[in-house]
Amino acid sequence: MKHRISALFLGTALAFAAGGALAQDKNVKIGVLTDNSGLYSDLGGAGSTLAAQMAVEDSGLAGKGWKIDIISADHQNKPDIATTIARQWIDVEKVDIFMDVLNSGVALAVNNLVKEKNAVMINTGAATSDLTNAQCSPNTIHWVYDTYMLANSTGQALVKAGGDTWYFLTADYAFGHALERDTTAVVVKSGGKVIGTVKHPLNSSDFSSFLLQAQASKAKIVGMANAGGDTTNTIKQASEFGIVAGGQKLAGLLLFITDVHSLGLKVAQGLSFTETFYWDLNDGTRAFSKRFSERMKNKAMPSMVQAGVYSGLIHYFKTLEAMSGNPHDGAKVVAKMKELPTDDPLFGKGTIRVDGRKIHPAYLFEVKKPADSKGPWDYYKLIGTTPGDQAFRPLSESACPLVKK
Amino acid sequence: MQALYAQLLVGLINGSFYALLSLGLAVIFGMLNIINFAHGALYMMGAFCAYFLLNLAGIGYWPALIIAPIVVGIFGMILERTMLQWLSGLDHLYGLLLTFGIALIVQGVFQNYFGSSGLPYAIPDELKGGMNLGFMFLPIYRGWVVVFSLVVCLATWFLIEKTRLGANLRAATENPTLVRAFGINVPRMITLTYGLGVGLAALAGVLSAPINQVRPLMGADLIIVVFAVVVIGGMGSIMGSIITGFALGVIEGLTKYFYPEASNTVVFVLMVLVLLVKPTGLTGRAA
Repeated sequence: MKHRISALFLGTALAFAAGGALAQDKNVKIGVLTDNSGLYSDLGGAGSTLAAQMAVEDSGLAGKGWKIDIISADHQNKPDIATTIARQWIDVEKVDIFMDVLNSGVALAVNNLVKEKNAVMINTGAATSDLTNAQCSPNTIHWVYDTYMLANSTGQALVKAGGDTWYFLTADYAFGHALERDTTAVVVKSGGKVIGTVKHPLNSSDFSSFLLQAQASKAKIVGMANAGGDTTNTIKQASEFGIVAGGQKLAGLLLFITDVHSLGLKVAQGLSFTETFYWDLNDGTRAFSKRFSERMKNKAMPSMVQAGVYSGLIHYFKTLEAMSGNPHDGAKVVAKMKELPTDDPLFGKGTIRVDGRKIHPAYLFEVKKPADSKGPWDYYKLIGTTPGDQAFRPLSESACPLVKK
Repeated sequence: MQALYAQLLVGLINGSFYALLSLGLAVIFGMLNIINFAHGALYMMGAFCAYFLLNLAGIGYWPALIIAPIVVGIFGMILERTMLQWLSGLDHLYGLLLTFGIALIVQGVFQNYFGSSGLPYAIPDELKGGMNLGFMFLPIYRGWVVVFSLVVCLATWFLIEKTRLGANLRAATENPTLVRAFGINVPRMITLTYGLGVGLAALAGVLSAPINQVRPLMGADLIIVVFAVVVIGGMGSIMGSIITGFALGVIEGLTKYFYPEASNTVVFVLMVLVLLVKPTGLTGRAA
């Protein structure tokens, strides 16, 4: 009897010790999973890892006894490679949180794994709105933008301005399909019509065939449901083939500042599109972007994807501090993140919805004429703002199982 | 029907790049027996060279058409002298691995400094605008690319197949010892040939700079297709690679019209078919 009681005491003591250690566990491992070498590496890539480092430094957690490590890997835009890395990161490296994870195909694959292994993903790079809709997960937050929001903002504005017939050039994978689908819905709802679409392979270099088909369709708007290098090449070649000169309008459904920089204002001027972050929005964004740019090898300003990595991690750290330790329980951390309001200099005040959608305003920009630009990276003119509560898919239309109706 | 003509023409334009690049590869393989995987990186260097000439030295497109191939060609000759020449007589695999490694290093260095999105390079003023052909709007620059690359391809073919210099070159490949006995400096000739092949790649790079963004990975994206072109045409066959280059451009263009989703695989499907039926390629001779 005496024996059993002492065993019981010992067990309880051990349990307490373990529990105490759990609550005070101040180790965090961040995995930045991105395209480090391919067509999206300028908008995510090394810049995303830098943004994560800056978030760690600015959080000041190291001074409070936290140990935070960042690792980064190149998923080469291939979902199979991405899931292999992610699995190894969770099982061997004990990564707590995945950041960036651009490319919708990759994001959807990693999303499942993160849920299965109860880790956290703050997705700042992928576009597909499925991440917070049918494929939503208690472990994932979609931070920066999504296809629904892009379609809603850019699509609606263009139809209102008279662009009621559309032809799509669509990147042939999850992202392009989602963007085309969501934009089509908005166009039709606003009274427009989609008269054709052509799906091109990811990372094409020549778009002239596709552009000729768009030209022959006589649609008023040529919607580019692609991104990165695909979009810049489309725009450049469209100007060559006289698409805009012939009276059609190009709609960049997803453009990043790095794309505009690469095109140059001469080619990019007049394009309108939607982003949720621009370095020159206010003092907060300017201060961060200046620090960021100084540390980038090519002195680039941050894209919204990279800004999202910073902003997302700041909120993640705030949540861990509020929980006074890292429980290494993804769903629990994400639930707490949803409870706390978000606030950082880059995206302002915001919230995270029950479906994992981060809410903040969306900005409709137009690319400046070369004469209006005051210098390198001074590219955008703000022409409209959609408040956060109207920018994203309303919960009433959600197919996410986490949303109780 | 009109749309079809347009696609044929667009295919021909892409075919010009395939032809120029596969021609360089064929020359290098035919004369040096090296599978030059660095070809894409050298093509990219040609485009970057044009970009630097314009932005750092104010030298425009026309001089760049001559200067860039020479500069990159010299770079290629240095590669040949310092590295590739030691591999002659070894298995093809060594040359392939070495040039592949060089390509990765060159691309990595460029990407480190210039990112992946690329840099803008404008079409020269003389070739701006387009012509309305009735069935399509043809940008003048694209027309220029087709004509110019056709001329360059034929000139190269003529040089190697019809001139005394070309005859010496081909003889040197067949039997270097004997040719040396006639007092011809074979190693120098090999180096110059590699320089010529590389120069052709750089020339294609300059030609493509105004069409595509000048990007570190522009060659990596293209080189695999170009290798398929060379294999279909028959390794080492000059005329074969020219004709196959243009023909595959057209076939790819038609695929982009009829079934765009398959446009980046059609070349490889053809390659498999050709290899099954005629393993030496369409114009290749059995070894």
